Amino acid sequence: MHKVTSALLVLVMGLTAVLATGCPRRQEAVGPPPIKIGIAGPMAFLQGEHHWYGALMAQEEINAAGGVQVGDTKRLIELVKIDTNEILSPEDAATAVEKAITVDKVDFLMGGFRTEGVFPMTEVAMDHKKIFMICGSATNELLEGRVDKDYERYKYLFRVTPIRSTDLAKVCFEMLGYVGVIMRQALGLEKPKVAILAERLLWNEAMIAAAQQLIPTRLGMELVGVWRPSATATDVTAELTAIKAAGAHIIFTINSGPVGITYARQWGELEIPAVSIGINVEAQKLGFWDATQGYGNYDTTLNTYGKVRITDLTLPFYDQFVERFGECPAYTAGTYEALHILAAAIERAATLDADAVVAELEKTDKHSATGRIVFDNLHDVTWGPGYVTGIMTQWQDGELVVVWPYPGWQGLHYEGVVSYKIPPRVVQYWLGQSK
Amino acid sequence: MRGETRLLARILVAGLMNVGVYALLAVGFSLIFGAARIINLCHTGFYMIGAYSMFLLVVSRGWPVLWAIFATLVVVAVLGIAVYKLIIDPLREHEATVLIVTLATAVLIQEVLLILFGGHFRGMPSLIPGYTTVLGVRVTYQYLLTLGVVAVASLGLWAMLQRTRLGIAIRATAQDREVANLMGMDVTRVATVTMAIGVALAGVAGIMVAPIYVLEPHMWQPPLVTILAVVVLGGLGSIKGSFVGAVILAFAEVLVVFLVPQGAFLKAALALGLMLAILLIRPEGLFGVAFEGER
Repeated sequence: MHKVTSALLVLVMGLTAVLATGCPRRQEAVGPPPIKIGIAGPMAFLQGEHHWYGALMAQEEINAAGGVQVGDTKRLIELVKIDTNEILSPEDAATAVEKAITVDKVDFLMGGFRTEGVFPMTEVAMDHKKIFMICGSATNELLEGRVDKDYERYKYLFRVTPIRSTDLAKVCFEMLGYVGVIMRQALGLEKPKVAILAERLLWNEAMIAAAQQLIPTRLGMELVGVWRPSATATDVTAELTAIKAAGAHIIFTINSGPVGITYARQWGELEIPAVSIGINVEAQKLGFWDATQGYGNYDTTLNTYGKVRITDLTLPFYDQFVERFGECPAYTAGTYEALHILAAAIERAATLDADAVVAELEKTDKHSATGRIVFDNLHDVTWGPGYVTGIMTQWQDGELVVVWPYPGWQGLHYEGVVSYKIPPRVVQYWLGQSK
Repeated sequence: MRGETRLLARILVAGLMNVGVYALLAVGFSLIFGAARIINLCHTGFYMIGAYSMFLLVVSRGWPVLWAIFATLVVVAVLGIAVYKLIIDPLREHEATVLIVTLATAVLIQEVLLILFGGHFRGMPSLIPGYTTVLGVRVTYQYLLTLGVVAVASLGLWAMLQRTRLGIAIRATAQDREVANLMGMDVTRVATVTMAIGVALAGVAGIMVAPIYVLEPHMWQPPLVTILAVVVLGGLGSIKGSFVGAVILAFAEVLVVFLVPQGAFLKAALALGLMLAILLIRPEGLFGVAFEGER
């Protein structure tokens, strides 16, 4: 009996070995190997999920059309999920990317979210001369000072989403000026008062400095103070109480962390009589409404994707994404555009050789869901009318609507843009005060 | 009101709002340390379980709030007993090991919640929606409820410790575990019950914050630092000290926000600095010796 068991065990192990070694050979016999794309992001979090979803949609579209034409052969796209864990531990990101390159043998990389994680992971990619398309991190210095100063090492880096930090700031200040005009008209204010509420993180330092300079000068408003809670603060009632006491009409937010939910919820529940605009990454998600229990109504934030016709591709992409994944696409879903851009560059280069693909990527002029994507000399996505502008979205009674660029800004007319709304409580409070 | 008076009133009200959660957490932590001599770094892990349990039962499953509160308290207390029996008790003679395993347990809870709920930020409706104005400051009813619960829980705990046989046993065990054992008390049982009560208090804190804070699987970390500061400041094991420590740190944080708005993120650092300053003057904490004397 013992001999029979041993023989069976040997048989099973032998069969397993044959199957394990036989499968790849069989796959090779069917067709050329797929092009492996590593999707790097914090996969347990929404940002990473959207990296994956965007890439998945693009992969399915490309493969359904037969794959990528590389010279004489059509090759399918295979996605490799790389959990960088960069939200919790940015130092894990480099290890994850190293493993993807050396063990999983990915050909190209895209993704990244937290600047502190993107720097080391892109260094690893550059060590291996792998093209890395950033889709999720705005810091200027990821490209500036790298691609321009040491082109040979960093030419493999490109950014698709979002627009760089300084351009994000331009959009926010445009919106702030626009809301300032509306507030002056609606409330009869001469000089609206602005409070800045910005989480304590490195990425928004330059933006705060610029806001402190521009708000009193170019925008003609009074800055009443800057409050810097932690990005993970669970309570900002003290900050909001102080902001209300300072008499602010506008709260200019610059937040990417969970404090954005805490803030919006308490801002609404305490009925703070000030409009809220700026950057609140959490307010870009459909889950924001439930997470704030609706108290985030009228919060306004910079965004990348929205229910608006930036180009003829925007709404089909947006609707399909929402229908399939139950969420509106975050800016990390820019992997969708990135994968299409990369596939087109590979086809033009007719090879997977990184240097040849870089040369073709530099010639990119892509009509996309976010606008016309053209890379500048830093390999950064070009911002401005006629290119990618970014949008501002506002929560209006449970709907995430687009309120900027307002019709006529720089000659632009995005179909679907609606009017910005001041929360009724703000109007009532200030008109009541003036009586 | 004059400007200075108005500012003082705002600081007073905002400070009181912060006291509630810190006090609930710190009192439970102190109780466990006092009676069982366990520094339970997993304490805020139970607070997080309490908050997630409320979210799961009320928002996802649609349970009535009172049933959800009851179920949450039972779940947290049972988990607390399980952790004590399975993880802490076998190692309790090795204090450093207990510190590490309780921290590891907290990380384990974090990872399990990350798997179950993902890294998404969650919220649930206030148990009592809306706000009122106190001395010119808007205060949500949820915060007032939290303060009320702290008051009731503190009085209940005090009455239990002073007026019941269990309370006497807990205090006796806290004074001298070996003598209590020689006097015929089942000190292991007392420690188990104390653990259940302590983590249930953490669960109550979780229930109270679930409608106020953002729920995410790392929400146990920031309050752990704060309550460690609170209990050390008040005197390890002193329940009265924990309450006073909570008041001091809560007001220190609010003062930073009001007086140094650009440094609002420093409020935790300043609170810890204050703790260090007091410990330099009184190494046993504010009520360390006084509590020993009371005991």
